[in-house]
Amino acid sequence: MNAPGKWFPHPWLSLLLLGVWQLLVNDLSAGSLIMGAILGWVIPLLTHAFWPDPPKLHRPWVLVRFVFRVLGDILFANFEVAKLILGASSRLQPAFVVYPLELRNEFGIGVLATTISLTPGTVSADVSEDHRTLLIHGLDVPDEQELIDTIKQRYEKPLIEVFECSTT
Amino acid sequence: METAIEWLVAALLLLGSLFALIGSFGLFKLPDFYMRLHGPTKATTLGVGSLVLASMIYFSTTGEVGLHELLITLFLFITAPTSACMLAKAAMQVHAARVERTRGEPWEQ
Repeated sequence: MNAPGKWFPHPWLSLLLLGVWQLLVNDLSAGSLIMGAILGWVIPLLTHAFWPDPPKLHRPWVLVRFVFRVLGDILFANFEVAKLILGASSRLQPAFVVYPLELRNEFGIGVLATTISLTPGTVSADVSEDHRTLLIHGLDVPDEQELIDTIKQRYEKPLIEVFECSTT
Repeated sequence: METAIEWLVAALLLLGSLFALIGSFGLFKLPDFYMRLHGPTKATTLGVGSLVLASMIYFSTTGEVGLHELLITLFLFITAPTSACMLAKAAMQVHAARVERTRGEPWEQ
């Protein structure tokens, strides 16, 4: 009668909610599984109005590789930033960098901005109204172009693959 | 509990506290608002990460398997960048002072 898309508009969100609920109650039993399944079913239906355009994952394994790469980078970022904090702050070269986005998917842009904030010495400060550029503040940026290229290669390319099914 | 695990938990706790301390020290030491944003968003993620890992290892040896610490990490990773972004936007709105050698301009929108 109904397409599965109508009952589960966000299958990934449903799975995530089920997983999070299991971790929250910290106990794997029939009761908590049923409760998690109900939450995973109802919450996406209730919040559907807030994101009418659910992200489609084209290549989940690229996303998995991306997540591990980012976790590794976060580890490095911490040592890097710790070094910058403890060193002489007069030698730091802070800069606002305007980053041209190739990614068009809203959710993808969100993930990219989050990633930038979590990795080496950069915080994403704003996204332009037309969603085509990001403003990034860097703690120590000797070369703007190099920073833009690194982000493009390391983070934006895989996200484009995952969210937009492009071949680049 | 085995000695090796005790050492591991202790090392992780120390590492976590050290990074949390450095992150907070950054808040105190860095010269302008935008630079101070970097301390809490990053140096503290590894700090909390190590503490959470230590907690998971410790409680798994007492027979009580606890994975819900992972949620702390997950929520932190979601909320830290969001709050940093909101703080940065608010700072640009009120034209917060920035160090003179900062290159590039914040946006007006």
